[in-house]
Amino acid sequence: MEYIYHLAVLFTIYAGLAITLDLVVGYTGLLSVTHAAFYGFGAYATAILMTAHGFGFFPSLLVGMVISMVAALLIGFVLSRFKDDYYALVSFGFNIIVFSVFLNWQDVTRGPLGIPGIGKPELFGYTFSSTLQFLFLSAVLMLLVYGAARFLVSSSFGRVLKAIREDEKAISVFGYNTKTYKLVVFTLSAGMAAIAGSLFASYITFIDPSTFTLNESVFILAMIILGGLSNVRGAVIGALFLILLPEILRFVGFPTDIAAQMRQVVYGALLIGLMLYRPQGLMGEFKL
Amino acid sequence: MHTLQTKHLTKHFDTVKAITDLSISFEPGKITGVIGPNGSGKSTFINTLTGLTPITSGSIGVAEKVELTSIVSNDMPVYGITRTFQEVRLFEQMSVLDNILVVTTCRGWFKSIFEKHSAYHLAIAEKVLKRVGIWQFHNKLAVNLSYGQRKLLEIARVLAMSEIGKAQVIFFDEPYAGLFPEMVKLVSEIMKELRSEGKTVILVEHNMDLIRELSDKVIVLDSGTLLAEGNANHVLSRKDVVEAYLGE
Repeated sequence: MEYIYHLAVLFTIYAGLAITLDLVVGYTGLLSVTHAAFYGFGAYATAILMTAHGFGFFPSLLVGMVISMVAALLIGFVLSRFKDDYYALVSFGFNIIVFSVFLNWQDVTRGPLGIPGIGKPELFGYTFSSTLQFLFLSAVLMLLVYGAARFLVSSSFGRVLKAIREDEKAISVFGYNTKTYKLVVFTLSAGMAAIAGSLFASYITFIDPSTFTLNESVFILAMIILGGLSNVRGAVIGALFLILLPEILRFVGFPTDIAAQMRQVVYGALLIGLMLYRPQGLMGEFKL
Repeated sequence: MHTLQTKHLTKHFDTVKAITDLSISFEPGKITGVIGPNGSGKSTFINTLTGLTPITSGSIGVAEKVELTSIVSNDMPVYGITRTFQEVRLFEQMSVLDNILVVTTCRGWFKSIFEKHSAYHLAIAEKVLKRVGIWQFHNKLAVNLSYGQRKLLEIARVLAMSEIGKAQVIFFDEPYAGLFPEMVKLVSEIMKELRSEGKTVILVEHNMDLIRELSDKVIVLDSGTLLAEGNANHVLSRKDVVEAYLGE
């Protein structure tokens, strides 16, 4: 049962990341490959503040969100000068820069040694110490993220985001400052992604830069493309699919000496097949 | 009284002189036809007046109150200017209804987070979509409409801008291209209605019969300069206009 709870915790964390990235990629049409950086800001803020400064989980989570949003504001300001492929490439560059900072700013992040001994969340004297208790907390926080995302996309703000995705010049003629809208959604998305980072740090109790690489950003991007862009539920389904699929493949019964490699092959083949036969994703409304 | 006036408006793309020293005025309650051969600068002219293309020099006067030497597209509704596009530009993967609602709701990002469309916005959308005869498709994605219906949706969008008081000057960039005869009749009726409401209507069109029928005044552009200006029948009978247009 512990194993199921563990997968469920990972699912809630990744669902939060996928939902928040979908706001930027699916709804606004900005192909950002820098989400792991904001995930990392949340994780490192929580790890450093809890281990070195005696902060509790929730205050450190709030600080992580603020740091992530400030960073997103700066990064987003630079990104607003680019479009399409160039936007993706520059966002790609930012993820690499942030990863390098995590890796090399050893006085603060301890570099490749990582930060161990991160505490569990406490609320009014109650500690979320077991996996089941942590699952309860992460599920509640991710439901809040889900609710916030649904609120955003069903508002007039969400409708403008979709119009920006469809034709930015055309919507600007009707009086919308599209740069501001893009910056706002990028910043809000980064703030909410930091929640997932804080949860991850406290759950695993150890973080190092290897979790926040470009590969992680691509993994989150794959979740929303698989689940279906521009659909909050699709992002959740995509996260569920990519978290569970490798685990399900463990039970297929490949010979033990090639099991790991075969799982990777089947995993890749399934993803290719899905994209061939359902390019808009499982629940998608919009194709990139 | 002019609602829109250009003074020595010039737009050059590197060595290409798209518009040179253009001084033209547009009046309220009138339809001004803008004609000219391909490459005469009509589209650049509209794009500069709606902020999509920056001006090289000159200025644009709005309602005899504001003199603009640079324009950004998102300020256009502030000056009461709106437009359709020569190549239809809809929000393709959004519903027909959302294509209208998005131009009627508030512009500020913070307020828009806490706003959903109201009965007022829906009533405007229903009114303009019924006016152009595509209300029955309001739940369809714009991408799934026929070409003519897509043109009509663009016109509905500017009508919605007019309904919320953000369109005193309306540019129609070849609105009749690809329309069936009954749709042509409908669009002409709409333009006449807008004229009678006191709007400044600027019509870029190649069909000379429609220009004659609708225009109170015609402006002829050639190689980015003003070739002729005045009453439609008079301008269209001028030899230099015929030569420029037909390349004779």
